[in-house]
Amino acid sequence: MIKIDDYREVAPRGTVDLLLRLADRVRGRRFLHISATRFGGGAAEALQRLMLLMSELGLDAGWEIIGGDTEFYATAKAITAALQGEERVLTEEMLEHYLERNRASGGKLPLEADLVLVHDPAPASLVADRPAGGTWVWRCHLDLSAPERRIWNFFRRYAARYDAAVFSRPGFVPHLPIPQFIVHPSIDVLRQVGAVDRSRDPIGVVNAYRIVKKHHDVRLVLAGGGGDGPESGEVFAELREAAARDPDIVALELPPDAQLQINALQRAATIVLQKSVRDGFAIGVAEAMWKGKPVIGGAVGGLPAQIADGVTGYIVRSAEGAAFWLRHLLNNPELIARMGGVGREHVRRNFLITRHLSDYLALLAHLTATPA
Amino acid sequence: MAASPPFRFVGCIELLENLGVKAQDERELLEFLRRVPAGSVFYHTCGYFLRHRIFVGPYANDFATWTAVHRGDRVLGERLAVVDPFDFADPEQLREELISIVSDHLGHLRAPPRVDDGEPFHFVQSHVVEIPTGLEARTLAEFRDRLAEVEASAIYYHTVLARTRLGRGAGDFAGWLRGSLGRDDLAAAVERTDPYLSSLERVRSRLLDVLDAALDAGPAAEGREPAAPA
Repeated sequence: MIKIDDYREVAPRGTVDLLLRLADRVRGRRFLHISATRFGGGAAEALQRLMLLMSELGLDAGWEIIGGDTEFYATAKAITAALQGEERVLTEEMLEHYLERNRASGGKLPLEADLVLVHDPAPASLVADRPAGGTWVWRCHLDLSAPERRIWNFFRRYAARYDAAVFSRPGFVPHLPIPQFIVHPSIDVLRQVGAVDRSRDPIGVVNAYRIVKKHHDVRLVLAGGGGDGPESGEVFAELREAAARDPDIVALELPPDAQLQINALQRAATIVLQKSVRDGFAIGVAEAMWKGKPVIGGAVGGLPAQIADGVTGYIVRSAEGAAFWLRHLLNNPELIARMGGVGREHVRRNFLITRHLSDYLALLAHLTATPA
Repeated sequence: MAASPPFRFVGCIELLENLGVKAQDERELLEFLRRVPAGSVFYHTCGYFLRHRIFVGPYANDFATWTAVHRGDRVLGERLAVVDPFDFADPEQLREELISIVSDHLGHLRAPPRVDDGEPFHFVQSHVVEIPTGLEARTLAEFRDRLAEVEASAIYYHTVLARTRLGRGAGDFAGWLRGSLGRDDLAAAVERTDPYLSSLERVRSRLLDVLDAALDAGPAAEGREPAAPA
């Protein structure tokens, strides 16, 4: 069982005491979270931890899950993909079923609270039947900077009915006529394995490795989950082919619950690469930095928000850029230790779950009035 | 005679609000600098203290970093970086200075700034949620010990926020040392502790050095502290 005092060992000095004081300030206000699932995905995993901590702080916090059938979840998944810019077929019937299932859930769930935080697109249309009173906030964990236009036109009608929205970084925010707050994701102990697909540019990483290999005796480990598309299988096939020609390339296809393996690999690594060409917040980068490793990452998604360029790692835009900074670090090993140390402290202050919790409680304090 | 009030340490959290406006080039930066709330000017010039508490980036504020790194406009980046927010009594004066610099720079450009698909500048403002820490000090020694243990956001609140956004010129630490302990010498030394281009932990460390030196000077230097109530 997690205790808030356990975080005194890892969080910055005074953080836990500040959290206890902040909890005193918002005590008595009900904080309700609503999502589509309790399991699967980094956001649900983080919320599980946050709920435990809120309970430990004696707060009146609840977490409700909407119900739905297979068709509802398939539609919600397609809406989520379309809102992130992917082409999806969504018929009027599918969208009406999505709305109808949320109406049904709304009729069954206890939705009264001082602050209601509705996570991601699946339950978002619940706002259409919100009860009187309370502040409703949509917590979007996705990058909505370039949504598919037709679906966004449908979805925006519901998003705009919230009192406010929360996104993970300013660049992820679409045009919305409501206040938009920024809360970065966080890490706790372990996380899910990221999918290996073309957005993470594993072939570009292999090319960077080959440039470096001419000068340094290095080994490249590409580890990740398989993702849920056919593209992921193709990418792994290409990686296995590359690995077959070079014993120093290891391609590890890991299941989603392989946190222990990823943890061990990150600890054993000298430098961690996340050379994405398209990505979400990619909070796994913070995990690598927490383990004292410099990270070389692509200039996309949440990577620039986590990697302080030239201080905790490097931001790159090409395989050649990744190769250049890899060689730079390998030729200056004292930099590896220094950057890794600063990176760990950077994560301690900005990306631990204690910061996430304090942001949520600050949101509660800011958006809700003290009960009479 | 009434006892002087104790110093009460207040921590804070900055809740960030995206303003929904973004500049693609220096001209748009100028346009939005004129329009955004003062809290946004404050956040982009002083917010780095809380975000990067342990290191100092190559440029001292978000405007300078963006123009230099993302726009490749090193000259404007350097001119904006040298602006010390602690030189201004409030964010409006600071805004005028920034506007003046960008406007002057654009006026001297031979060609309009190029527009490309680089990362835009997203304007954010912060809402400060104050959190009393419960830590208090009545004597210099207590003040030193509480300062050593308090969460870093309290140092941000009493030095950065107090001096810039809250308009408490000398900062809360110097104000209390002068007003409650009558220690003008120490207040002046604390005021001279320059937070610009530093980090909260370095500010803490420098303040502790000043206080330790005063405490080491012995009881004579402590003589003007209020006596403990009988």
